[in-house]
Amino acid sequence: MLSKIVRTVANQLILFILIFGLYVIVHGHLTPGGGFQGGAVIVSGVVMLLVAFNSQELKKSLRERTLSIMESSGALIFIGLAFAGIGIVFFYNFLVGTPIFGRIPVTGPNPGDIWTGGVIPLMNLAVGLKVVAGLSAVVLAMALFSSGEEIEE
Amino acid sequence: MRQVIGLIVLLVVIAFLVSGMLLLIHPFGYPPSDMDDYIIENAQEETGSNNVVTSVVFDYRGFDTLGEATILFTAVTGVLLLLRTVKRKEENS
Amino acid sequence: MMEHVPLNFPFLAAALLVGISFYILIFKRNLIKLIMGIGMLASGVNLFLVALGYRTGGNAPIYTDVPEGPMVLPVPQALTLTSIVINVAVLALMLTMVILIYRHTGNIDSKKSRILKG
Repeated sequence: MLSKIVRTVANQLILFILIFGLYVIVHGHLTPGGGFQGGAVIVSGVVMLLVAFNSQELKKSLRERTLSIMESSGALIFIGLAFAGIGIVFFYNFLVGTPIFGRIPVTGPNPGDIWTGGVIPLMNLAVGLKVVAGLSAVVLAMALFSSGEEIEE
Repeated sequence: MRQVIGLIVLLVVIAFLVSGMLLLIHPFGYPPSDMDDYIIENAQEETGSNNVVTSVVFDYRGFDTLGEATILFTAVTGVLLLLRTVKRKEENS
Repeated sequence: MMEHVPLNFPFLAAALLVGISFYILIFKRNLIKLIMGIGMLASGVNLFLVALGYRTGGNAPIYTDVPEGPMVLPVPQALTLTSIVINVAVLALMLTMVILIYRHTGNIDSKKSRILKG
């Protein structure tokens, strides 16, 4: 565990990193970004917390069961959205035209509208959830193995 | 002996790569682009998003993203399976 | 033929990265250096993929507030995204195996840790 200054600054900075990562995930269909890129930003914030605190301290907040449920639900939502348009083709964009996310933008350069995109923003959220849960479980397991603890079931 | 074979393989690979980059490839900045012209023209009407790269990743080529998500899931499962420590019970057998 | 040499610099840089990575993979024996060589090979391939789709004077392929002009090709960028994620997954598995090899045999030389016991 590092000194008190580092721990206090890490406690304050994790909120801004989380909000920036969520901004990159949610605006994936308007600006550069998307599911994989925003998930990598949030995982780098978790690594910063792992360096500032001990890995035994972090194991009390991020339990194994929570991360496993998050990753599996992300994968199931992605496959469910892929199979929902099976009437025409696999991976059909069935939400274009419906009022949920289905406005069509003006052709050519335009300032973006967030309610466009069809099924793409929901897929971005599912993939972002999967990447965050998977990579932070891997980093936590490597840190715990090197210090001699055991991972509970 | 292994050093000589390794040196010959390295020289063949480097010669093939450098000659390929100088003679066999299109000049830098003028790529052949028939499929990409169609995608740039029609991505806003068919998918409804402003970001053409995201619509290629999730709509025109969504099957590759499904395979990539499967690889990520399998790799995370493999790593968490290998890094398991069991407490050794100190018994006298 | 010689007038393509000043213009094809990104392709020559990618070929240089792949060539150095092949030298590392053939001649070095330390396991950590081999993993670094595989990472360098991944970087060379990603640079080659992105440099394939560049148009002279082009802008990013996003329609939000884009200036006038042609756009670069979007499909090689999508393939590079998939390649980066797959390389991260394979690198994580390789590093885990190096950790376990060090714990069981005690050294990270690839010639001395080739003995199957038991």
